[in-house]
Amino acid sequence: MIADILIGLTRFLVGGHARWRGCAPEERQRIYFANHSSHLDTIILWAALPKALRRTTHPVAALDYWGATPIRRFIAVRVLNAVLIDRSGSGDPLAPLRGALDDGHSLILFPEGTRQAEALPGPFKSGIYHLAKAHPQAELIPVYLTNLARAYPKGAILPAPISCIVNFGAALTLTADEIKEDFLTRARAAVCDLAEGQSQ
Amino acid sequence: MTSGFIPLFGGVFTLLLVASVVGFILSRRVVSETARTTVANLNDRIKAWWLMVGLFCVAFLVGKTMTILLFALTSFYCLREFISITPTRPEDHRSIAAAFYLFIPLQYWLIATNWQGLFAILIPVWAFLLLPVLAVLKGETQDFLPRTARIQWALMLTVYCISHAPALLILKVPGYEGRNFLLLFFLITVVQLSDVLQYVFGKLFGRWPVAPRVSPSKTWEGLVGGGLSATAIGAGLWWITPFTPLQSAALALAIVLAGFCGGLVLSAVKRSLGAKDWGTMIEGHGGALDRMDSVSFAAPVFFHLTNYFFAVL
Repeated sequence: MIADILIGLTRFLVGGHARWRGCAPEERQRIYFANHSSHLDTIILWAALPKALRRTTHPVAALDYWGATPIRRFIAVRVLNAVLIDRSGSGDPLAPLRGALDDGHSLILFPEGTRQAEALPGPFKSGIYHLAKAHPQAELIPVYLTNLARAYPKGAILPAPISCIVNFGAALTLTADEIKEDFLTRARAAVCDLAEGQSQ
Repeated sequence: MTSGFIPLFGGVFTLLLVASVVGFILSRRVVSETARTTVANLNDRIKAWWLMVGLFCVAFLVGKTMTILLFALTSFYCLREFISITPTRPEDHRSIAAAFYLFIPLQYWLIATNWQGLFAILIPVWAFLLLPVLAVLKGETQDFLPRTARIQWALMLTVYCISHAPALLILKVPGYEGRNFLLLFFLITVVQLSDVLQYVFGKLFGRWPVAPRVSPSKTWEGLVGGGLSATAIGAGLWWITPFTPLQSAALALAIVLAGFCGGLVLSAVKRSLGAKDWGTMIEGHGGALDRMDSVSFAAPVFFHLTNYFFAVL
């Protein structure tokens, strides 16, 4: 029920209509990766998936923000079904993500690692490459979120009501001999391609 | 309840019922692909009309506060659509937030408390000055004028202009006390029938577009045929207004012309932003602003003509 209220409120303020441009909402193991510009991104992308898919799809959220207060932790873990990731650097930060993928579940990732004020994403961090290499069965789906940098930029207290659209692109595959840098550039370009023709 | 409510809404519901039946028969008859799309779009529009008329009817029944809330919500959705497809920067967040969270509630609260003086200047004076101040404090000078102007335009059009429709409820027309809801009914009926009839006349007889680059579907035949029919209907509604039949016709004509200009101007704005529809909220109609574009121009014109010639302070 809390999930429905949260989704209803987010829809009222910032919309979050899904546009399946390169793939269909199917029940397969996937890693969705998107540009990151606000704290609403996680909720918006997760809410754009059909209810059946949400049960096995985990947004990856930063422990230092989403684990900081009991309410945030509750929303992240209990409502959004999130996997919390420790960015402070002790141990393997990807371990909980690998666990979810081993269970056959899907993930929602923001490979920039931090929020960005511009319409296009910044350089990607390498986590997505390592996950793609270790789990070749999971489809890599690029996602572009419009308008969220304007709706809820860093430092803002309240989100402004600006509609955003969740664009899902065509699946990407990591080729056998592709080096890390090439793959990360290609993955970022796939997200940028979806930004074409979007008003922002 | 305002007298005349039952025959008026009875009339509107009958009209919609006839339209639904015609739409259903057409959907069974047409064969060609283009005709099928047109009829499907027509039926979507009729369905959305049922919803909009239903909402309006409930607001009328419940009273002034509900009507004001309905229009405030309409302004909210229209402003959201406008800002969503308008390029601004993250630095404009504070002025956009002020437009939504401060000026929408304030503008409609002023109507609810009959504060006509401040209602008339809140957005053109106070918001006009405050919005650029909120943006300038962020220190981003790139595109400062276009960014500020876009937000001011959006607020004027979707909140200030549209709020003139429910503001008809606070006009004091001597001898017409307690019946102001019918002025609002008159405005909305004439404006929306004018849109529908222009569309119908345009589809049937349209040849010469008024402004082909702005809106190829708006034709002289549609404007004249639809506009004159809507004016005639407005004249026929004189008995629910404080006007004589001739005055009623003149005001209906003013509403039709202002509404047409609103549709044309907002089409140009939409095109300059590279969009076809303002949004996807209403099936067959595009966004809320696609339905309110003519109201946003017609409401202030009708409000001020009525205020100047018929109302007292």
